[in-house]
Amino acid sequence: MATQTSTIPAGGLAGARDSAEKNYLNESKGILSWLTTLDHKRIGVMYLICILGAFFLGGMSAVLLRTEHLSGTPNLMEADAYNKLFTLHGAVMIFLFIIPGIPAALGNFVLPIMLGAKDVAFPRLNLCSWYLWVIGAVCALLSLLLGGFDTGWTFYTPYSTSSPFQGVIPIVTGAFILGFSSIFTGLNFIVTIHKLRAPGMGWFKMPLFLWGLYSTALIQVLATPVLGITLLLLIVERALGVGIFDPALGGDPVLFQHFFWFYSHPAVYIMIVPAMGVISELISVFSRKHIFSYQFIAYSSIAIAAFGFIVWGHHMFTSGQSELMNTIFSLLTFSVAIPSAIKVFNWTATMYKGSIVFKTPQLYALSFLFLFGIGGLTGLFLATLSTDIHLHDTYFVVAHFHYVMFGGTVIAFLGALHYWWPKMFGKMYNENWGRVACLLIFIGFNMTFFTQFAMGSQGMPRRYFNYTEGYTTYHVVSTIGSYIMAVGFFVIAGYLYYSLIRGRKAPDNPWGGASLEWQTSSPPPVENFKKDPIVGDPYDFSNLKYDPAIGGYVRVDAQGVAS
Amino acid sequence: MEFILSFVTQSLVQSDGDFWLPPRRSTYAVEIDWMFSFILYLSAFFFALIVGLMVWFCIRYRAREGGGPQPSPSHNLKLELVWTIIPLLLVIAIFYEGFRGFMRLSVPPQNAYNINVTGQKWKWLFSYPNGYVDEALHVPVDRPVRLTMTSEDVIHSLYIPAFRLKKDVVPGRYHTVWFNATAAGEYDLFCAEFCGKDHSNMITKAVVHPPGEFEKWLEDASNFLAKMPPHEAGEKLYKVRGCAQCHSIDGKANTGPTFKGLMGHEVALKGGTTIVVDENYIRESILEPNAKVVAGFQPVMPTFKGRIKDEEITAIIEYLKTLTE
Repeated sequence: MATQTSTIPAGGLAGARDSAEKNYLNESKGILSWLTTLDHKRIGVMYLICILGAFFLGGMSAVLLRTEHLSGTPNLMEADAYNKLFTLHGAVMIFLFIIPGIPAALGNFVLPIMLGAKDVAFPRLNLCSWYLWVIGAVCALLSLLLGGFDTGWTFYTPYSTSSPFQGVIPIVTGAFILGFSSIFTGLNFIVTIHKLRAPGMGWFKMPLFLWGLYSTALIQVLATPVLGITLLLLIVERALGVGIFDPALGGDPVLFQHFFWFYSHPAVYIMIVPAMGVISELISVFSRKHIFSYQFIAYSSIAIAAFGFIVWGHHMFTSGQSELMNTIFSLLTFSVAIPSAIKVFNWTATMYKGSIVFKTPQLYALSFLFLFGIGGLTGLFLATLSTDIHLHDTYFVVAHFHYVMFGGTVIAFLGALHYWWPKMFGKMYNENWGRVACLLIFIGFNMTFFTQFAMGSQGMPRRYFNYTEGYTTYHVVSTIGSYIMAVGFFVIAGYLYYSLIRGRKAPDNPWGGASLEWQTSSPPPVENFKKDPIVGDPYDFSNLKYDPAIGGYVRVDAQGVAS
Repeated sequence: MEFILSFVTQSLVQSDGDFWLPPRRSTYAVEIDWMFSFILYLSAFFFALIVGLMVWFCIRYRAREGGGPQPSPSHNLKLELVWTIIPLLLVIAIFYEGFRGFMRLSVPPQNAYNINVTGQKWKWLFSYPNGYVDEALHVPVDRPVRLTMTSEDVIHSLYIPAFRLKKDVVPGRYHTVWFNATAAGEYDLFCAEFCGKDHSNMITKAVVHPPGEFEKWLEDASNFLAKMPPHEAGEKLYKVRGCAQCHSIDGKANTGPTFKGLMGHEVALKGGTTIVVDENYIRESILEPNAKVVAGFQPVMPTFKGRIKDEEITAIIEYLKTLTE
C-alpha cells in the first residue's frame, strides 16, 4: 500500500486539520487501487457513482417521456421510440438503480461499520458483485446499440419473444447477470450479519437499518434465482424457438407472468424494505428519541419479506388465472398491509415528546411518511378484486408504484445519502440548499404523480404513446411537476459536488447518532475503527451532547463530562 | 351506519362520474364505485390521521433552545395490538366486499348474448352470432352481453372504463367477460396490455344501442354489401376478413405482396412468368391462392373457396382499384 506522508490529496478530500490522518479515501491512490479494492467502503462508493449514473439515465428518459405527453399526439418522437424509452426508463431504474440503490451502495458502506466489523464476510465476492453490476450495465448499453428493446421492463411473453427489436436478448442477459450481483450482495450481508457482529451486539441491539438489509438479503437470495431461470427460458425461446411461453410453439404465456412476478413482487420489497430501515434510523435520530417499539419494527421487516413471497398473483387479476386464485391472492395481499401499517404508526409514535430537528435527512424522512402513506393506502384499491379490475394497467397503478418506489425508496435513499454523506466523504453540504432541493422534489413529485391517480382511475391506460382527449390537462400538470423534480435533482448534484471540493470538514458525529458508524472518524479509516467501538443501545441518545466547537455531538458520561 | 351507507350509495347512483371516476354505464359499476369510494374515504381518514399527528408532533415537539426530548415509554403492547388488529379487521372487510363484487362481475348470467372477440395487432374484431364481423363493439342496452375473447398474436387486454371492465385477451385460450350496459351511447374501448408499436391506437368504441335498435343495426350492418358503395364494403372486408394481416396498403411487403398500386400492374410470378393484375387474377388468387404466387413470396395463403361470396370478391376488387392512383 502506498505510504502517504504529509501531502494533502488532490481535491482536498481530507480536511486541512487531518491532512496527516489516513482514511479509506486517501490510504492509497490511483484508479487501480479503486478497481481492485476489497474495502467495502470503496466498493460502496463505486456502487454509488454507478447507480447515480444509472439514475441520471433513467431520470432523463422519464423527462423525455413526460415531455412527449404534453399533448396526445406525437411531439418529440415516434411510437417505437416512445415504447423503447419507457422500457429503458423502467429497466434501468429497476435493475440498475433501485434494486442495488440502498443495499449495494449505502448498505455496503454502512453495514460493516454499524456492526463494528472491519469488512463484509466475503470482500472478494463483494467486489465481484460490483463487477457483475458493471457487466449488466454494459449489456444494457449493448442492447441499445443493437436496436433497443420495447417489451416493457416486465418482458411479457409472447410479445417479448416476438418483438421486432434485437436488443431484447442483450438486456435480458443483462438482467440475468444483475440478478447474480444482487444474490451475491444478499449472501454477503446475511453471513456478515450472522457472523461479524461486534462483541455485545445481540440481534436486538442492531440498528433497524440492518434488520431491513437482512430481510432484503433473504429475499434477494431466495427470489432472484427464479428470475434468473425465467429469463434464461425467455432467451432460449427467443433464440432457439423452444416453446415454453409462446402458445404458437405450444407454450403458456401466463406461465411467464407467474414466474416473473414470483421474483418481481418480492423484488419490490427488495426495493422498499431497506428504505424502511433508513427511515427508522432518521426519524429516531432527528427526533432525539428512542425508536418506538423496536421489536415490532424489526419483526415487521421479516414479516414483509415473508408475506412478499405469497402475493405475486395480485399482478394477474385480469390475466385469466382462476377466480379462486384471484381470491386467495387478494386475501394474502392484504396481509402485507399490516406490517407496513405497524411501521408507519411506530415511526409517527417515535416523534411523540421528542425534540425534532429539521435537518435535510429528517425532511426526507417526513416526506417519506407523507408519500409512502399515500403509496401504501392506494395499494388497498389494487389489492381489492373488484376495484383492481378497473384500475389494473392504468396510470393509477403507475402512480401507486411511483409513490411507493419514488416517494418511498428514492426519498429514503436521498435521506440516507444526506445522512451518511458526511461520514462517507468527511464533508458537510449546505443545509439550506438541501432543504430547498427536498421541497422542490416533494412538490414536483406530488404534481407529477398525484395527477396520475386521477388520470388512471378515469381510465387512461399505461404505456400509451398517444392518448385520447380528456386526459390532456392531467398530462400537462404531470409533466410540469416532473420538470420541477428535475430541477431539484440538479440542485442536489450541484451542492453535493460543491461540498466535495469546498465543503466544511464533517465532525465524527454531526447528527448525534448512537449507532457505531458515528463513533469512528469521518471519513473512517480503512479498518473502520481505530479503537474498539462501545456497543450500546443504538437509539439511546442520552449520553450524546452537542459541542458547538466542533459542530457535532460527543459522548459524555453521567456527569456531563466528555469521555 | 346504515343511513350513511345508503346515503353514499344514493349519491353515487345520482352523481355520474366525478373527479376520480368516469361515468358509470354498467350494472355492476355502481357497486365497484361504491367500493372505490369506501376505500377512498377510509384511506383519507388514515392519511389525515398520520399526517395530522406528524405535523402536530413536528410543531409541538420541535427542538427548542435549552429544551430536549421528554421521557415517554418506547414500547406499549396495548397500543401495538390496537393498531395491528383494527387495520387487520378493516382490510378483511375490504377484501370480502371486493371479493363479492368480483364474483358478480365474473359470473355471466345464463341468458347473456354472446359476441366473439379477437384481438390482434392492432385492432379488435367483434363477431356477432350471425357471422357478421365489425371493428367496433355494438351491444343492446339493458341486456347482459358475454364476450368470448381470444388473441391472434400477443396478449392484449380489453378495457372499457365506463363499464369498469377489463380482461386480458390471450392467444391460445378463451377468456369470457360479461356486462349489462345501462345507457345508450358511445364509450372508449382500449387495449390495456402493451402489445407493440400501435398499442395506443388499438382503440375502438363500445356502442350501446337504445332499446330495439341493436337488432336493426345488426341487420343493416350485416347487409353492408347492399348498403355501402362497393369500394367501401371492400375496405371493410379487407379489414375484417384477415387480408390486412398479410397485405399492406402502404407499399411495404409483408407475408404477402402489398395491395398498394397492385391493380393494373404487371407482377413477376414464381416460375419466371409475369401477369398483369386484373379482376380475374384477384378472383383466382382469393379462391385458389397458390395457383399463381408472386415471386419472392411463400405459397401460404389459405383458400377462401366456399367462405366468400361473389359480391364480396367484387367489393374487394373495387377497393383494390382505389389503391392504384
